[in-house]
Amino acid sequence: IRGLRSQLKDSVPVAGLCPQGAYGVQDSLRSGFTSVKNELLPSHPLELSEKNFQLNQDKMNFSTLRNIQGLHAPLKLQMEYRAARQIQRLPFLPSSNLALDTLRGSDECIGFEDVLCDPGQSEVMGEPHMMVEYKLGLL
Amino acid sequence: MPHLSRASFFTSRKHKPSSTKMATLTMSRPAVAGFSFENCRRNVILEGEVNNLGCSLPAARKTGTTICGVVFKDGVVLGADTRATEGMVVADKNCSKIHYISPNIYCCGAGTAADTEMTTQIISSNLELHSLSTGRLPRVATANRMLKQMLFRYQGYIGAALVLGGVDCNGPHLYSIYPHGSTDKLPYVTMGSGSLAAMAVFEDRYKPDLEEEEAKRLVRDAIAAGIFNDLGSGSNIDLTVITKGNVDYIRPHDEANKKGVRLNELEALQLTGDYKYKRGTTAVLSKCVTPLDLEVVEESIQTMDTS
Repeated sequence: IRGLRSQLKDSVPVAGLCPQGAYGVQDSLRSGFTSVKNELLPSHPLELSEKNFQLNQDKMNFSTLRNIQGLHAPLKLQMEYRAARQIQRLPFLPSSNLALDTLRGSDECIGFEDVLCDPGQSEVMGEPHMMVEYKLGLL
Repeated sequence: MPHLSRASFFTSRKHKPSSTKMATLTMSRPAVAGFSFENCRRNVILEGEVNNLGCSLPAARKTGTTICGVVFKDGVVLGADTRATEGMVVADKNCSKIHYISPNIYCCGAGTAADTEMTTQIISSNLELHSLSTGRLPRVATANRMLKQMLFRYQGYIGAALVLGGVDCNGPHLYSIYPHGSTDKLPYVTMGSGSLAAMAVFEDRYKPDLEEEEAKRLVRDAIAAGIFNDLGSGSNIDLTVITKGNVDYIRPHDEANKKGVRLNELEALQLTGDYKYKRGTTAVLSKCVTPLDLEVVEESIQTMDTS
C-alpha cells in the first residue's frame, strides 16, 4: 500500500534526501518552490483518477464478469493478461503491447491516449544501461 | 491496423554515496500516454504572477453559441450559428459547428471549440471502428453512450456541450449532452449561450410530427433568435437535415448577418476598399499644366523567355 505521493509519481521517494529534478537541484521553473503541500497533493484533480483509470476499468470489468459468469472467468482472463504483459521489448524501448490490447478490446478503440503524449515520440529516452540494470534487479 | 502503443517505462533512482561526488540520477518518464499533468503547477504559478502584473493569459476560443435540434416526421433537423469568440473578440465569422459523426449521425458542438472538435472526431473514429466490427449502421444511442462516458471520465474539464442527432434503424433520435456527462433524450433541444432565446421559439411553435419545411423554418427562426439576442452568437445559420438514407448539409442556409458593402452614394457604385475621393472634394484655387518634352534616346526590345 503506497502513500498518496508515491501514487502520484512513478518513483518511490526517499524522504528528505534528494529533491526531484535533474542533478538533485530543485526544478523551480517546472515544479515551483518546494512545499510539503506540493508534494502531498496532486497538481490537478484528474491526475490520480487518470493514472489509475485503466486499472479501475479492469477491476470493474472483472467484477462484472465474476458476477455474471462465476469466478473462473476473471481468473482465466487474468492469467492471460499476465502472460500477455510479459511480452515486452527492452525497458527503454516502446512496446506495442498488441496482445494485451487485443485481450482488453482496446485495439478497436481510439482515445486521447493514442493521440496525445505518444511515448513512441517522446523527446527523451531512458538511460539504456540503468534501465536494464533496474529491470534485472542489479541496481 | 496500426499498433496502439502503450509503453510502460521504468523509473530508476540511483543514489551513489557522497564520496564519489556523483549527482543523483532520477529517471521518471510519463508511464501513461494521454493527458500529462506535468505543467499544471507551473501554469498555476505563472497565472498568479501574470495577474499580479495586471495582464491576463490568452483565453481559449469558445464557440459561445446557439445550437439546436428538432425531431420531425421523417428525421432530425440540426441547426447552428457560425460565430466563434475568443473572450470579447470574434475569432471566426464563419466556423462550422455541425460535425460529422457517421453517415447517419451529426453532432452540433458548443463550448470550447477545440474540445468539441477533438471529442467529436474521436467519437466518430470509435463509431467507425465499432460499426466495422459489428457490420451494421451505427446507432445514435451508441454515440450518445460513448460521448457521455468520455465526458464523465474527465469530470467536466473537457468543455463540450453537444446536440447529437441522427436516424438509425429505430427511427430519428435527438440527444443533448452536457460537459459533465449527463444526457437528455428529447424531441427538441437547445444548447449554448443563446439556448434560452432559441428555446423560447421552440416552446412557442413546436408541435409533434412536423413536416420537413416547417421543421427547417422552426430551426432557422430559433437560431435567428439566438443570433439577434445573444452576443456570443452571430453570422450565418447552418442547417443539417437527416432523414433515413439522406443527409442535407446546408451551409449556409441563411445569411442573417451580412457584412455590409461600402457604397459610393452619389454614383451607387460598389467601391469596396476604394478610398479615392471625388474630384471637387478639395476646392481648386488655380491650375497650371506644364508639358514635359522627352527625347527618345534609345529603344531596345528584350524578348521574354517563354519556353
